[in-house]
Amino acid sequence: MSESATLEVREVSAGYGAVPVLRGVTITAQAGTITAVLGANGAGKTTLLRVIDGSIKPSQGQIWLDGANLAGRRPENVSRAGIAHVPEGQGVITELTVAENLQLGLLLRPRSERSAALADIYNRFSVLADRRSKAAGTLSGGERQMLVIARALATDPRVLLLDEPSLGLAPKIVRDVLDLISQLKTDTGLTIILVEQNARSALAIADLGIVLNLGSVVATAPAGQLAADEALRRHYLGF
Amino acid sequence: MVEFLEFTLQGISAGMIYAAIALSLVLIWRGTRVLNYSQGALAMLTSFIALEIEYRTGNYWFAFVGALISGLIIGGAVERLVTRQVINKPPLNAVIVTIGLLIGIEGLAGVFFGGNNRSFPTPFSPVGLSIGSVALGITRNDIFIAGAVLLAAGLLAVVFQYTSIGLRLRATAFNLPVARLLGVRVGGMLTLGWALAGLLGALAGMLVSPSTLLSPNSMDTIFVLGFTAAVIGGLESPGGAVVGGLILGIVLSYAGGYLGSEVVNLFGLAALLLVLMLRPTGLFSSAPARRV
Repeated sequence: MSESATLEVREVSAGYGAVPVLRGVTITAQAGTITAVLGANGAGKTTLLRVIDGSIKPSQGQIWLDGANLAGRRPENVSRAGIAHVPEGQGVITELTVAENLQLGLLLRPRSERSAALADIYNRFSVLADRRSKAAGTLSGGERQMLVIARALATDPRVLLLDEPSLGLAPKIVRDVLDLISQLKTDTGLTIILVEQNARSALAIADLGIVLNLGSVVATAPAGQLAADEALRRHYLGF
Repeated sequence: MVEFLEFTLQGISAGMIYAAIALSLVLIWRGTRVLNYSQGALAMLTSFIALEIEYRTGNYWFAFVGALISGLIIGGAVERLVTRQVINKPPLNAVIVTIGLLIGIEGLAGVFFGGNNRSFPTPFSPVGLSIGSVALGITRNDIFIAGAVLLAAGLLAVVFQYTSIGLRLRATAFNLPVARLLGVRVGGMLTLGWALAGLLGALAGMLVSPSTLLSPNSMDTIFVLGFTAAVIGGLESPGGAVVGGLILGIVLSYAGGYLGSEVVNLFGLAALLLVLMLRPTGLFSSAPARRV
């Protein structure tokens, strides 16, 4: 596993065509921590992750990872720089088998590391090991979420971006997924940026919380402090 | 019975050529959702290149390899220089661009190579084989055609199924945004897909030109029949393309043999219409019906 790294987003503005979505957003995700990005629908959470992963070019601002500014790089190059994005709606390639989805992630590693990394993944995600030869499209929602997280880990990332990993999952599975994310931080020291509608659950496992509203950062604080701020919770987080 | 066997074997040989064109269309469709109407014209162009090489060297196999290499290069160049510009545009743009390519390539071929039919060499004897006094209705060249297409299809299947390049190609075809997020250089994969399609088209051109003769428009009918085979196979399925080509080849061979050669093209178009009306997803695709 590669060493984790600090990701800094500085004064980033971006949008879709002429429609601005992010306005001068600055966040710092410290190495080996979970940063929860929260906010209502349309706040710009998903857009922020898409700017970081290179899918959207920012109109201004910088994205720094270990001394390199990634702003404006293509997604494939951002991925090669060590940022893995698990997109909203999961992003399983349903036509490939479970094993092929994982092998695709492993292609970013040196050939000599691949089989050991795959064995590690199967060890951590036993449900995937059991279904390795099945088409990924046959997996349940929870299993698909495990697969895309496992596939992201297969790329040997330094920063993991997770967009709504609990979306559409049963409450029990949501707990399992969030436990997994928390465990990943402990086991691997990954830097994780977690976008989540379920603010209460996200803050429960995060180190830092960031609240976006209409494309701007309105609060940045330790997760526990945010969770305790009743006015902020009511106004922006809905719990 | 001998006649039936003869028509069947001839159908398999012709069907393999339709299968090669169908495979090339499927490769491009899966990767870019573009139906390349210029695929036949590209095959014609590489066949003319091969013919020039053959004239200059007197060696069929130099010409054969030259055609395949030029197919690779031209196919890749068309993707990089032309069709990439319309990939995220409305589907009609790609249709018009590839039809424009078809017209442009055929026009240029007429200018550079002339509009007359030109004979094309075969690597093996075109004399019919027989067992004792019973003529089989096929030639050594027909066997070469079937073998070459099966070998190409087999090699492609191995590359797609068992190599990392094949995995990247499939990932790009199935889900391009996710492939990019996993570090796949999708631009290169799209170019490679078109290049491989160009190679298959070149192979089809080399195999069919001895029987159709070569002219700027000589691949038009073959393209339509290859397209029909691809539609029968479902457009998504390489295996379906091969089976679709075989079905079409055999059906047309029976139609031509029993009813007369003048009905062959009519039957080809009727087969296309029937499949589009009754099972627009083709026989081997589980994808939702396409709008046609």
